Amino acid sequence: MAYVALADRGQILSHPHSFITKYIWSQDHKVIAIQYGITAISVGVVALVLSAMMRLQLGFPDTFSLIAPDEYYQFVTMHGMIMVIYLLTALFLGGFGNYLIPLMIGARDMVFPYLNMLSYWVYLLSVIILMASFFVVGGPTGAGWTLYPPQAILFGTPGAEWGILLMLISLAVFIVAFTMGGLNYVTTVLQARTRGMTLMRMPLSVWGIFTATVLGLLAFPALLVSAIMMTLDRLLGTSFFMPAIVSMGEQTNYGGGSPVLFQHLFWFFGHPEVYIVALPAFGIVSDLLSTHARKNIFGYRMMVWAIILIGGLSFIVWAHHMYVSGMNPYFGFFFATTTLIIAVPTAIKVYNWVLTLWRGNIHLRVPMLFAIGFIFTFVHGGLTGIFLGNVVVDLPLSDTYFVVAHFHMVMGVSPILVVFGAIYHWYPKITGRMFNETMGKFHFWLTFLGTYSIYLPMHYLGFLGVPRRYYAYEGIEFIPESALQLNSGITIAALFVAVVQILFFVNMIWSLFYGKKAEGNPWGATTLEWQTPQTPPIHGNWGDELPEVHRWAYDYSVPGEAIDFIPQNVPANDNPEAHRT
Amino acid sequence: MSTIVFFIFIMVGLSYWWLWRQKVLEQPWVTEGTDIDLRDDIAQISPTAKTGLIIFLAVVTSLFSLFISAYFMRMSLNDWLSVDEPLFLWLNTALLVLASISIQWCAGAARNSNIRTVRYTLLATGVFTGAFIWGQLLAWQDLNAAGHYLQSNPANAFFYLLTGLHGLHLLGGLWVWSRTTLRVMAGVNTDQVKLSVQLCRTYWHYLLAVWIVLFGILLST
Ligand code: HEM
Ligand SMILES: [Cu+2]
Repeated sequence: MAYVALADRGQILSHPHSFITKYIWSQDHKVIAIQYGITAISVGVVALVLSAMMRLQLGFPDTFSLIAPDEYYQFVTMHGMIMVIYLLTALFLGGFGNYLIPLMIGARDMVFPYLNMLSYWVYLLSVIILMASFFVVGGPTGAGWTLYPPQAILFGTPGAEWGILLMLISLAVFIVAFTMGGLNYVTTVLQARTRGMTLMRMPLSVWGIFTATVLGLLAFPALLVSAIMMTLDRLLGTSFFMPAIVSMGEQTNYGGGSPVLFQHLFWFFGHPEVYIVALPAFGIVSDLLSTHARKNIFGYRMMVWAIILIGGLSFIVWAHHMYVSGMNPYFGFFFATTTLIIAVPTAIKVYNWVLTLWRGNIHLRVPMLFAIGFIFTFVHGGLTGIFLGNVVVDLPLSDTYFVVAHFHMVMGVSPILVVFGAIYHWYPKITGRMFNETMGKFHFWLTFLGTYSIYLPMHYLGFLGVPRRYYAYEGIEFIPESALQLNSGITIAALFVAVVQILFFVNMIWSLFYGKKAEGNPWGATTLEWQTPQTPPIHGNWGDELPEVHRWAYDYSVPGEAIDFIPQNVPANDNPEAHRT
Repeated sequence: MSTIVFFIFIMVGLSYWWLWRQKVLEQPWVTEGTDIDLRDDIAQISPTAKTGLIIFLAVVTSLFSLFISAYFMRMSLNDWLSVDEPLFLWLNTALLVLASISIQWCAGAARNSNIRTVRYTLLATGVFTGAFIWGQLLAWQDLNAAGHYLQSNPANAFFYLLTGLHGLHLLGGLWVWSRTTLRVMAGVNTDQVKLSVQLCRTYWHYLLAVWIVLFGILLST
C-alpha cells in the first residue's frame, strides 16, 4: 500500500470561507487550540483575581474587609479547581496539544476534526456552568478543591445549595470534553504520523502531551465516578460516601457510607492529574532547552523512558495524599515507597535538562529564561515533595502552609513558567509576529523573583504549623506576630506578581499588531512545525505533499555542518557519517 | 481499589509491550532516512475510527472498573444487605446475547455484500437491544415495587447505578445504530456501511461482556 496515504487517509479537508466557519465553528486544530488557550487563560485570570482577594484578606485582615469567611472558602475552592483543571489541564492538552501534535508529527489535522471542535464547545460549556455558580443562591461551593464529603454536601458548608451541584456537573461535562479531545490526540499520534516519523523521532513535547493524555483518559473516569456518586448522595439521598451524621443539630437520613472511599477515588484521579499537568511541561521544556542551547537533548531515550515510567507509576502513589485520612497505616508504608521510587525517573529528567545546558551555546532569549526558571522552581518543589512523601514528615506538616508552598512550587509556578515560555516560543509561529523581547525579559524576571518571594516564606509558615484554608490567624496562641508580618509581605509579593502579568498581556496584544514580522523559523529549530510553507500555517498545514522525516528531532550543532541545526525533514546527504554525533 | 489497580496494570503492561515492539530501545540519533519506519511493513493499518473506538472502550473499562472497585469497598462496610435480583434479568441477558449474535451476523453479511441480510439483522439488533433496555426498566420497577428503593441500601443504590450506566452506554450505541440503519434503509450499498457495522459489532460485544461481568457480580453478592 502506498505509504503517504496513511497520514492523509480519510482526511478530506473542506476549506471553509465564511468568518464563522473559519474562526468560530472551526474544525482546524490550530483555531481550536487558540480557542482553548484563550478560554483557559481567561478563567485563569479569574482564579488569579480570587487569589489576590484571599491574599489581601490574609495579609491585611484589618485594613481590608473585602471578603467574609464564607467567601474565603469559596474563593479557595474555585481558585484551586480552576487553576488545576480549567486552566492548566485545558491549556496544556486542549491548547498546546491541539496546536502542536499535528504540526510536530507532520499531519494535516487531528484525525477526528469534528469531535475536536465539539470538544472545545463542551469545554466552554463546562466553564460556563462553573462560572454560573458565582451567581446562584448560596454562591459557589466552599468545600475545598478536594470536595471531601461529608462536609462538601452538608448545609453549613458554603454553596451546599447549588454551588456543589454546579461544580460536580461542570466537572462531569469537562470530563466529556476532555475525553473527546483526548481520543483525538492519542489516535492522531498513533495513526497520523507522517512517513519516517517513528515514535523515537517524535519531539519530547509530543511524548509528554501524548502520555499525559493517556493518563487523563484512564484517570478522569475516577473523578467522574466520584462526581456521580456524590451527586446521588446529595440529590437522591443515597449513602455511598455519607456516614450517619448529625448536621446542624439534626440527624440526617444518611448512614453507613465511607468518606475514605471518596478520598481513594478522588486521589486515584488526583495524583495522575499532577502528572497530566507536569508531563506536557516536561516535554515542552526539553524542547525549549535544546533549541535555545543549540544542543541535542541529553539522553533522549532516557527522557522518553522516564516519561513512560512516570506515567505508569503515577497510578500507584495516590494514597500519599491520605496519610492522615485514617486509612490502614500499613498502606502508608507502601505508598511512601512508591512515591520515592517515582522520584527517580523525575530526578533523571532534571539531570538531563541540566546536562543539556552544560557547555551548550546558550541563548538567553525569553523562552529560554522561562525554561531555566522552571528547572529552579521544579527542583525546589520536587525536593519538598520528597519530604512530604514520607509519612513521619507529612503528619506534622499536613494541612499547613508547607503543603501550600510545595504544591504551588511544583504544580503551580513550574507549569505556569513553562506555559509562558511555550507561548513566547511559539508566538512567532502562531501569529507570524515577533514579541517584544525587552518586555518579555522584564516579565520573566519580575514573575520569577516575585513568585519566589511568595512561596519561599510559606515554607517557614508551614514549619510553625500555620494551617492552610484559614480565613484569619489573629489570636491563635502558637502563631507569633512575626508570622502575621510575613503574611503581609507575601501578600505584597502576590499582588505585585498579579499586576506584573499585565506586561504579558500588553506584549501579546501589542505585538500582534505592531510586532516585527516573523520568519518561518526564527529560532533555528529542527522540528516540523517550524518548517511549514506558510507562517502562520494555513488550514491543512502543509503544501501538496506531507513532509518526510529523515532524522530525530535534535540535530543541533552537528559537527562538520555549516549551520547549527538540521531540520527533521532534510534528507541525509551523500556522506551520512558526517551527521553522526 | 484492587479491581482498578489490576486493570491499570493490564493497561500499563499492554502499552509497555506495544512500545517495546515500536522500538523505543533504538537510538534515534544514529539512524537516518525514512526506511526505518516500521509501518511500511504493516500492510493493514486499522482505520482510525476503529483505533478511536478501542481507545474509547479502554476509557469505559476504566470507568466500570472504578465502579466495581467502589462496589467492593462499599460492600465491605457493615450496613450492606444483598438484593434479590429479579429472575427475568436472565431473560434480559438472553436478549442482549441475541442482539450480539445478530450484529455479528450483520457484520458477516456486510462483508459478503448481502444488503438484505444486513437490513434484517440490523433491525433485529435494534429490537433486541430495545427489548433489553425495556426489560431493565421493568427490573427497576419490580425492585421499587418490592420496597427496594435507591436510598434504602447501598446494594440497591449500586444496582440502579450500574444497570443505569450500562443502559446509558447502550442508548449511546443505539444512536449510532439508528444513523447506520437510516443509511441502510435509504439504500446505500454495503461498502458504505461496512465500517459502521463493524464498529457497532465491537461495541455491542463489549457491552455484552460488561453486562455479564456486572450481572455476575450483582448475582454473587
Ligand atoms: C500568583 C499566583 C497564585 C497565588 C497568589 C495563589 C494563592 C493561593 C492562596 C492564597 C491559596 C489558599 C491557601 C489557603 O488558604 O489554604 C491557594 C490555594 C490553592 N492554589 Fe493557588 N495561588 C496562585 C497560583 C496557583 C496556580 C498556578 C495553581 C495551579 C496548580 C494553584 C493551585 C492551588 C490549589 C490547588 C490550592 C488549594 C485549594 C484548596 O485548598 O482547596 N494556585 N492559592
Ligand atoms: Cu500525589
